[in-house]
Amino acid sequence: MQSSDQESNHGDSRRDFLKKSSLITAIALTPSVAVKAAENQADERFAELFEKIPLNLTVNNKNYKSAVEPRVTLLDFLREELHLTGTKKGCDHGQCGACTVHVDGERVNSCLSLAVMNEGKKITTIEGLANGEELHPMQAAFIKHDGFQCGYCTPGQIMSAVACVNEGHTNSRAEISEYMSGNICRCGAYPNIVDAIVEVSKGGIKA
Amino acid sequence: MINFQYLRTTTAKSALALLSKDKNSKFLAGGTNLIDLMKRGVTAPEKLIDINHVPLKQIEQIGDKIVIGALASNTAVTENAIIKEKLPLLAMALNAGASAQLRNVATVGGNMMQRTRCGYFYDTEMPCNKRQPGSGCGALGGFNRMHAIFGTSDKCIAVHPSDMCVALTALDAIVVLAGAKGERKILFKDFHRLAGDTPQLDNNLKADEMIIRLEIPVNNLAKNSYYLKVRDRASYAFALVSVAAGMEISNNKITDIRLAMGGVAHKPWRLTASEDFLKGKEPSIENFEQAAKLAMTGAKGFGENDFKLQMAPNSIIEALTVAKSKA
Repeated sequence: MQSSDQESNHGDSRRDFLKKSSLITAIALTPSVAVKAAENQADERFAELFEKIPLNLTVNNKNYKSAVEPRVTLLDFLREELHLTGTKKGCDHGQCGACTVHVDGERVNSCLSLAVMNEGKKITTIEGLANGEELHPMQAAFIKHDGFQCGYCTPGQIMSAVACVNEGHTNSRAEISEYMSGNICRCGAYPNIVDAIVEVSKGGIKA
Repeated sequence: MINFQYLRTTTAKSALALLSKDKNSKFLAGGTNLIDLMKRGVTAPEKLIDINHVPLKQIEQIGDKIVIGALASNTAVTENAIIKEKLPLLAMALNAGASAQLRNVATVGGNMMQRTRCGYFYDTEMPCNKRQPGSGCGALGGFNRMHAIFGTSDKCIAVHPSDMCVALTALDAIVVLAGAKGERKILFKDFHRLAGDTPQLDNNLKADEMIIRLEIPVNNLAKNSYYLKVRDRASYAFALVSVAAGMEISNNKITDIRLAMGGVAHKPWRLTASEDFLKGKEPSIENFEQAAKLAMTGAKGFGENDFKLQMAPNSIIEALTVAKSKA
């Protein structure tokens, strides 16, 4: 990461550089058998090393047909392949919650899920919450209650908060804190985040 | 992450056949621990067999047993009405572990198979007999605040990280395993191992076996159950010490008692001597204190974790006191 920051001084943004360099790596490592169609379910043949596996996903109500190496996480697939960079990579080890998305309506850490494990599933990311220009009530509540400072953890916080309300774990501030403990905020906006969730839960909002 | 070959399968039979064909393959369930270990280079399986589509997600009561499939998610268990009513100790323990996001994905079988969070095990630059047998134990003379005080060996002082497994040990759960030759059943307390001379082995699952389900005998402990977890922050941290306590109290006498501890040994630590002492006695603070004292026989600190020698008995007394007061 540090070296890529330095190398990206040639007019490219850091993100462009990372994209290009990962593309070069992919070409170098991908044998000609890549992207060979494999059956999706109950395939009794292991995919070859570096073979891309077909992947069908619905993300924010849009269908995507793609093919990925098995080691690609759902988080990297969303960010690097679909360019949905609202979902953040924080710790990349399931400890911070910045990568929280909904899979078939349930919140998960997308950094600890392989993209291929999500074949056929419905994913909702932070980009899929708003209805056009109209913010999701939880997004509006985070703004109203100042539920963030730097904003990096916010997409994960909001996805987790929406799920917390849907699950019904909002009977007290203590219960909200407990069920939001998988989302770390280093700016310490916790009381304001709880305020936002309390307000939405009292409105009976469903996402 | 080092690349690997991937295959989805939909039946336990096919999963077992694939596993026995290839010694370098591993099952992939929720992946919340395995994928993390692969990212860190702690483990690098050549093949992953994705078993998430194998139908092992049932949670039901069959006669006097509650049956939980190996692939039931942690959340599915904690939110299940039968579990909430009849095995609240299990629900409490599961809810004390991980985060809502992880519990949505993590499975019962995967929870049993998770590896220690010892920092030396995770850091591939450090010696660790569990990760690399013969390389030494960094924790013995190192940072060992989180480490074991019971059943340790000079090869490894790591602790088992699970909360769920502590409750299941206390609840006399039975593990049903399947292999090429059919099914076998073992007591939950015999599933995990002490480190001894083979710290690389966490449990007694054979290389060609698969966890199929748990069978938990129905009990009368629900009313007086409590899972106490002491940790560095209020939520989402591994236990320093945890206690699963369940009692059946009749006419001010303890007629059934289950006690197990987490965060103190290489496996969930059942407190048999304390249970034997309390059986038939009054649920009094004096008896709880005596039981806690008995539990500490053979305990040994390694420097940074010496505080557990006091925290453990205090936690036992606290857990028993809360469990009793729930009546």
